[in-house]
Amino acid sequence: MGLFNLFNKEKKEVLDQGLSKTKESVFSKLTRAVAGKSKIDDEVLDNLEEVLITSDVGVETTLRIIERIQKRVSRDKYLNADELNSILRDEISELLLENNSSTTSDFSDPLQETPYVIMVVGVNGVGKTTTIGKLAHQFSKAGKKVFLGAADTFRAAAVEQLVVWGERTQANVIKQKMGADPASVAYDTVSSAKANGADVVIIDTAGRLHNKVNLMNELTKIKNVIQKVVPNAPHEVLLVLDGSTGQNAFEQAKQFTKATDVSALAITKLDGTAKGGVVIGISDQFKIPVKYIGLGEGMDHLQVFDRKNFVNSLFEQ
Amino acid sequence: MFESLSERLERSFKILKGEGKITEINVAETLKDVRKALLDADVNFKTAKTFTETVKEKALGQQVLTALKPNQLMVKIVHDELAALMGGSSVDINLKGSPAVVLMSGLQGSGKTTFSGKLANFIKTKRGKRPLLVACDVYRPAAIEQLRVLGEQLAIPVYAEEGNNNPVKIAENAVKHAKQQGFDVVIVDTAGRLAVDEVMMTEIAAIKKALSPQEILFVVDSMTGQDAVNTAREFNERLDFDGVVLTKLDGDTRGGAALSIRSVVNKPIKFVGTGEKMDALDVFHPERMADRILGMGDIVSLVERAQEQFDEEEARRLSKKIAKNQFDFNDFVSQIQQVKKMGNLKDLASMIPGMGKALKDVEIDNDAFKGVEAIIASMTPAERSNPALINGSRKQRIAKGSGTTVVEVNRLLKQFDQMSKMMRMATTGKFGKKRRG
Ligand SMILES: Nc1nc2c(ncn2[C@@H]2O[C@H](COP(=O)(O)OP(=O)(O)OP(=O)(O)O)[C@@H](O)[C@H]2O)c(=O)[nH]1
Ligand SMILES: Nc1nc2c(ncn2[C@@H]2O[C@H](COP(=O)(O)OP(=O)(O)OP(=O)(O)O)[C@@H](O)[C@H]2O)c(=O)[nH]1
Ligand SMILES: [Mg+2]
Ligand SMILES: [Mg+2]
Repeated sequence: MGLFNLFNKEKKEVLDQGLSKTKESVFSKLTRAVAGKSKIDDEVLDNLEEVLITSDVGVETTLRIIERIQKRVSRDKYLNADELNSILRDEISELLLENNSSTTSDFSDPLQETPYVIMVVGVNGVGKTTTIGKLAHQFSKAGKKVFLGAADTFRAAAVEQLVVWGERTQANVIKQKMGADPASVAYDTVSSAKANGADVVIIDTAGRLHNKVNLMNELTKIKNVIQKVVPNAPHEVLLVLDGSTGQNAFEQAKQFTKATDVSALAITKLDGTAKGGVVIGISDQFKIPVKYIGLGEGMDHLQVFDRKNFVNSLFEQ
Repeated sequence: MFESLSERLERSFKILKGEGKITEINVAETLKDVRKALLDADVNFKTAKTFTETVKEKALGQQVLTALKPNQLMVKIVHDELAALMGGSSVDINLKGSPAVVLMSGLQGSGKTTFSGKLANFIKTKRGKRPLLVACDVYRPAAIEQLRVLGEQLAIPVYAEEGNNNPVKIAENAVKHAKQQGFDVVIVDTAGRLAVDEVMMTEIAAIKKALSPQEILFVVDSMTGQDAVNTAREFNERLDFDGVVLTKLDGDTRGGAALSIRSVVNKPIKFVGTGEKMDALDVFHPERMADRILGMGDIVSLVERAQEQFDEEEARRLSKKIAKNQFDFNDFVSQIQQVKKMGNLKDLASMIPGMGKALKDVEIDNDAFKGVEAIIASMTPAERSNPALINGSRKQRIAKGSGTTVVEVNRLLKQFDQMSKMMRMATTGKFGKKRRG
């Protein structure tokens, strides 16, 4: 049994709690939409459109989903509210699943190589450092030796923040002075991790808006420097997206991918009222799997993303 | 160059002529586009809907008096409405009181701490007052340290109580301290919190109760999506805040949240954050924000230029002359001048949706009219108002005077002839709708 097996009842409850706001509103609306109807008509589709758009799914993806549902309905001839709900669930899961193999990684699984280097990137304030703290906690708990690299040398007290997370999670934090070259911090961290036989290295980077060319180039540089120590590194480039972000998340995914070959996404703050529909759209458009979701500020509030479960939680009554 | 001239002018003329007035039919597509633009910009679903409805009501039946198509005018109406909705009279931050208390509120990571520093700096340098920063985030790792570092950078004192984890008490003590020390403004940084977090919302309501702040600011990330309305509404219900701070506008987000928030809570946007540095603070510009949200700034500026430049009287005069078959070379020149006044031809064409593509193959030369104008300038006034006068010897004189050839003069005359026929047809309704008004 994996540590993050979402079918585990306790975990499932956390996810349900986090998503309960979503569930209620999506449901009441959809139920209203199909109440007393014997077939999918424009009104139902309009309501569906509203549900999806207000979940930040985005116009393009919403139109795609609706198209698929229309096709499906004309093929299968439904329908009552229950059937519509299950069709909807199917179609959205499929969008989420299409691009990725759904490997649920387990923190206690053996790593493909040590040190296994994860570089964490994203725009300002999305939850990079916190997510790193949560990951460090999980890896430590699974008996792995963790090194954290404080390569955000720009934002006030960013280093101190990571140091606190290091203390909380028994992870070593490698740091330099504020204002130091982030690539040099990353280099130090990976070298030191290698010399000390660490299992996992996680590099924190400063938040940066994806339209700032110099800052994006800096990321590429950090990535290249890491490779000098461990040729296959970074094994993972994790892009953190704030779950309450709207359509700009698409541009973020695009630009960060361009600069660093993002290999996985983490969606944070899904414990709020934000619907997290951005997950669906991005998973649909980019061939990058969503790997983690953040459901709070505590070190336990991280889960491995499971599409089926995510969609189920979204549409469960 | 001559081959495409009539085509060019025909197009310009069509644009200039407009299509009468705004009707359900001629703006249906535009409204759809506008709604999509708003949704793509993260304007809330309901807000976008009511907004486009309102705009449509306002626009229906409006005369398209100017040199525009109804859909272009429509976009401009939308833009102005957006700006009006977000703007209103600008409201300054309230710093009356001794000390005045400013309380920050907002979701996690929205930019409260950074903005606290920026505001303190603004108050110190621009308003010449003595601010005190207060660290009331006792939860986030190194939150207090973050504010301390900012205070140090700015040489502005920071009040914090290490070990005290009661933000209400810290805030109260800070105000006492500020009174004793003669600070003018107290800026209270608080922890990020979710609107659904009952405990945390109660906490910030308690801080408000204890301090009665002059100014409560709701700090929100401009990249926020559809949820902005829920959050803003909840925070407003609990705090009845005084203004909004829109952060991270240095990104490329369209920032529709600004409109959503405004439409839900009707509180002014007082500041925007445009960077991570301490001087990256700006007052809010509704016009710029409207451009940004709508993402159709090109059309808007086209309309503005056209409205500025196009002479309605002149258009009426011309259209009368055309109808009476009195269109002459003087009018032709004035027509060219109108088009030229509207700016660079290529610019103009590319600004019109669909037009840029349509005109891609038609090489538009900004000097396109040069030869034509030279030829007309070499005509006598009599020839200009009565082109029929121009015979062989006159053609030779004109060609010589304008540095062109008789072939070119002939070509222009032929073009002119075709054009005036075409225009007459257009205005008398033989093709297209008859111009109203
Ligand atoms: N409710 C909630 N808050 C979160 C979550 N993840 C992070 N946060 C909070 O979001 C805020 C910003 O988190 P950070 O980890 O500092 O974000 P960051 O991306 O490292 O920020 P910068 O380094 O400044 O760009 C903090 O207050 C975190 O506690 C989450 O899943 N849920
Ligand atoms: N580019 C840009 N970054 C900003 C702006 N305002 C804040 N930031 C960055 O956004 C991130 C979060 O800012 P904070 O001030 O820590 O946010 P906060 O609301 O205090 O966060 P919590 O206290 O964790 O809730 C930091 O990396 C800031 O540097 C802005 O206007 N532009
Ligand atoms: Mg960070
Ligand atoms: Mg803060």
